[in-house]
Amino acid sequence: MKNYVIRRILLMIPVMIGISIIVFSLIHMMPGNPYAYLIESDARAEDVESMLQAIGYYDPLPVQYVKWVGGLMQGNLGYSIKFKEPISDMIGRRIGNTLLLSGVALLLSILVAIPLGVISATRQYSVFDYVATIIAFIGLSIPAFFFALLLVKFFAIDLKLFPISGMETLASGYTGMKKFLDLAYHLALPVIVLSFIQMASFMRYTRTALLEVIQQDYIRTARAKGVNERIVIYKHALRNAMIPVVTIISLSLGQLISGAVLTETIFVWPGMGTLIFQAVMNRDYPVIMDATMVLAFMILMANLFADIMYALVDPRIRYK
Amino acid sequence: MSMSTQKLDAKSLSPMGIVYKRLTRNKLALIALFIMILLSTTAIIAPLLTPYDRDQIDMANSYQKPSSEHWLGTDDLGRDTFTRLVYGGRVSLSVGLVSTAISLIIGVFLGAIAGYSGGWVDNLIMRIVDVFMCFPFFVIAIAIAAVLGPSIYNVMFISGILSWTKICRIVRAEVMSIKGREFIEAAISLGLESREIIVKHILPNILAPIIVYATLGIAVGILSEAGLSFLGLGVKQPQPSWGNMLAAAQSLRSLRLHWWLWIPPGMMVLITILSINILGDGLRDAFDPKLKR
Repeated sequence: MKNYVIRRILLMIPVMIGISIIVFSLIHMMPGNPYAYLIESDARAEDVESMLQAIGYYDPLPVQYVKWVGGLMQGNLGYSIKFKEPISDMIGRRIGNTLLLSGVALLLSILVAIPLGVISATRQYSVFDYVATIIAFIGLSIPAFFFALLLVKFFAIDLKLFPISGMETLASGYTGMKKFLDLAYHLALPVIVLSFIQMASFMRYTRTALLEVIQQDYIRTARAKGVNERIVIYKHALRNAMIPVVTIISLSLGQLISGAVLTETIFVWPGMGTLIFQAVMNRDYPVIMDATMVLAFMILMANLFADIMYALVDPRIRYK
Repeated sequence: MSMSTQKLDAKSLSPMGIVYKRLTRNKLALIALFIMILLSTTAIIAPLLTPYDRDQIDMANSYQKPSSEHWLGTDDLGRDTFTRLVYGGRVSLSVGLVSTAISLIIGVFLGAIAGYSGGWVDNLIMRIVDVFMCFPFFVIAIAIAAVLGPSIYNVMFISGILSWTKICRIVRAEVMSIKGREFIEAAISLGLESREIIVKHILPNILAPIIVYATLGIAVGILSEAGLSFLGLGVKQPQPSWGNMLAAAQSLRSLRLHWWLWIPPGMMVLITILSINILGDGLRDAFDPKLKR
């Protein structure tokens, strides 16, 4: 197991290098001078030149790349061009919000999807199964942002049940419990969007995996011995059926994070997604590069976590 | 669906015939296929379906509610929404098709090479796949769109270049499992070139997962077009697409008051992707009865 984990971690290094090269070249292909914002309109041409020189704008690309990666490794992310603020502060303020949003959504979708998948599998071809299957297909097919717009339209604008956007009621001065409730109130709609979409695939996987396990001999043996059906399903079958489900859940962490980008943009949730979108709109190159790297790193870690979980729950993998 | 009839059929039908027969037994998949044919037809014959011109501006009639004259009302410039919806289908469906074709070409090519060669070639290609799989899709898509600028061709390119990893992995795994079979050994000992073996003897045997993937891939293309155009980084006005029609909902006023501008294109995206997913699922079952329970 230890060797397996070490090998997996070592494999991450070339992948990280590959990601950083692509992100770096992509950003440097972007048109326009990103520093145009910084330059006062009446600045003298020589001053502009010397400033650009000092920033390293004229360094050869490989030098710029090494500088950038070196900075990243030391946790020095550089400064935003637009806001003239350390990027690590900007990301630090927002990453928690993204993790909160996607974490709550993940938890909710697991709590709802697995029981629904179990019921669907134990009552295969029942009305419940058909309805659940159709809802799951809709969840797999609806564009997240369209679903978000529909929720905003009906629940926030028409019925005024939830706020349209943001993370807290501005200038409310709430503290303690009130602040928490206010946060939950703002979280509701974006969480519904993200978890509904995740739920669909978790539910389908639980159903498929359980149906597969139920057909196996040891389940028949348990039933033949007269074990209570409830125990057969929840204790004997579900445990094995969870192996692929655990993998799918861990693998979807990355999807969840990148799926949050559009949802955050619509709800103006102050997370990584809105940060990157605004940075693209402002041509704030350093922010785009660093925030993308952070997201990619998070996804890479999630995939590593998925592989380790897989090896943990299914010992057969380790001996491959 | 009794086993005995299936066995009898199998004797007289070609493999594709069997797949066709299984698919036609799946009512839901048939409905989905019918919807897809209907949508493609409307997209092709778009000009015949509407008396209006796609970009005909009529400022006197902006933001008209749906009526017998304008079935789905008019937009901010007084253009007929129904007309733009039908033409938008052309754009969205062709983005889906072309981007899938791009990802298929890259994915099948690299997957076949990786699976067939093994060794360091396989290792290298798989690391590239890992790199692409770690990209947060929309983040990179937005960044590429910012570099290339908004246009329909760029959307096709972005969606294609970012979504080939799945099919690459599938093809690699399939090729690896077929490579060891006797008929491939026979082909090698006959002195056939690797290219010939892959194209003529291996690929035809793994057509099933490729077809299923290609079907589902169209949905990915349509979805990314919708997302990018919604953000203003995809298909550019005045050319209509379902995504850039949805962008009308970016304005709070239209979101609140003019539902006919953004709900119909959103529903079209949903219906199209739903049909593709159901059809893809049906095809998978039809190709591989082992998966069917």
